[in-house]
Amino acid sequence: MADQNDFDIRDLNDDELIETLNDDLYDGLADEVAEGVNECLRRGMTPNETLTLGLVGGMQIVGEDFGAGVLFVPEVLMAAKAMKAGMAILRPLLAETGVSKVGTAVIGTVKGDIHDIGKNLVSMMWEGAGIEVIDLGINTDADAYLKAIEENNAQLLGMSALLTTTMPYMGVVIEELKKRDMRNRVNVLVGGAPLNDAFSEEIEADAYCKDAAVAVAVAKKFLSM
Amino acid sequence: MNTNIHELLSMKGPIIADGAMGTMLFQLGLEQGASPEMWNIDHPERIRQVHRQYIDAGSQIILTNTFGCNRKRLELHNLTDRVYDLNKAAARLARSVANGAEQLILVAGDIGPSGSVLEPYGDLPYDEAVEIFAEQAGGLLDGNIDVFWIETMSDLEELRAAVEGVRKVSSDVPVVTTMTFDTNGRTMMGVTPEQAVEAILKLDVAAFGGNCGNGPDEIEAVIGKMHAEAPDAVLIAKANAGIPTLKNGVAVYDATPADMAEYAKKVRDLGARIVGACCGSTPDHIQAIADAIKIIPT
Repeated sequence: MADQNDFDIRDLNDDELIETLNDDLYDGLADEVAEGVNECLRRGMTPNETLTLGLVGGMQIVGEDFGAGVLFVPEVLMAAKAMKAGMAILRPLLAETGVSKVGTAVIGTVKGDIHDIGKNLVSMMWEGAGIEVIDLGINTDADAYLKAIEENNAQLLGMSALLTTTMPYMGVVIEELKKRDMRNRVNVLVGGAPLNDAFSEEIEADAYCKDAAVAVAVAKKFLSM
Repeated sequence: MNTNIHELLSMKGPIIADGAMGTMLFQLGLEQGASPEMWNIDHPERIRQVHRQYIDAGSQIILTNTFGCNRKRLELHNLTDRVYDLNKAAARLARSVANGAEQLILVAGDIGPSGSVLEPYGDLPYDEAVEIFAEQAGGLLDGNIDVFWIETMSDLEELRAAVEGVRKVSSDVPVVTTMTFDTNGRTMMGVTPEQAVEAILKLDVAAFGGNCGNGPDEIEAVIGKMHAEAPDAVLIAKANAGIPTLKNGVAVYDATPADMAEYAKKVRDLGARIVGACCGSTPDHIQAIADAIKIIPT
């Protein structure tokens, strides 16, 4: 909880408000982020401005510090939770105002694997970057990936695995894409602790993303943003 | 016939642990996405074969095929009602191989992470985590293991929950634990080796160290730091055999047996007492480790 005795976000100017929102997101304060988002909207900022400046801006700093080893997973998870609280308010408004999305991505943890921390972070940060994300959750088989790509006309496919025993399944999915003539429709991004560039090349993915921050940068590049 | 870890530790020189189970099972035909745990019942002879190969290579400690054998992980194979059976079966398999060996073999009941993130960062309540680990430990205990081997941990709270879970079913079987420091020298959850030592020393564990991760260099650094922090502690090193690439649909690791022999000497000199390997390693790697550092009793 923010210090309610002598601090009221309504006293801040717009720049300070955004800065506070960024800070609260960085600190993983979900209630404060929701409050900040509502205050932005109350002042007449558009949902898109609020998203871009307040949430995406904050999440970008989180991503950079995570990539640099300043923040670790716990802090990023708390930030993601805070982002979620903000998005819950913005998502219906964004849909209403018809903000053009920059692209569509299908994401999921591969078959046999239940680890979704990294996948959830990427999902959240892609959404923060304005990408529509179809999150298939954990234990995703090739059929589920391909069906979702087809149905949503996705340009990006993100696959995650934490186990050495499950990462080869990414290759299975890529083979399946080729078999069904869908390989050229999507850019395939892979990530997870045991992966590396060589593995990504081996299975003929388009990019290995060593963390969520990289996944955002790479996705943007593929969508030519 | 059970072996006591302290009996093993009273012997001279480094103790050799085993190498990978999962990557070995792929070589024996485990399919992508299938449950390695189910093999404890469906293909017991293959699991025994892996244990036997490691013992023949020089392992004095073998880990049961139960890394993912908890309720949370078995959920995706619809095997949640088999937690007890599968753990017990795995422990009995390892026990039968150990009893058939000429030398003293310690049967370690392998317990991996729950697979979920504990509150407040994730959704798994601490008490539920304790129950998950207790359930697994119960099966291992009844299958007659010598030590509980909690490994690949990244969160100190989850590690605490695992030890507490084990202690709910057994007050006296020794517990050891290793964490994985694969993120800029820390665990995924940001724990440094020094922080790990501080927390683990407060727990009821007989030995601790590092496993898995990004190959030997990383574990060498971890052992060095842990030894500096706790010079008297019994330290465990179980590095991956380098870094994986995919060959014919299977993850292959790049460290040779000779590389792992070098690693074994380094971690021994840095203070590790128990040396083995993790993902991607084979009996050949363990053989090279044993040849490099094991003291043959005269």
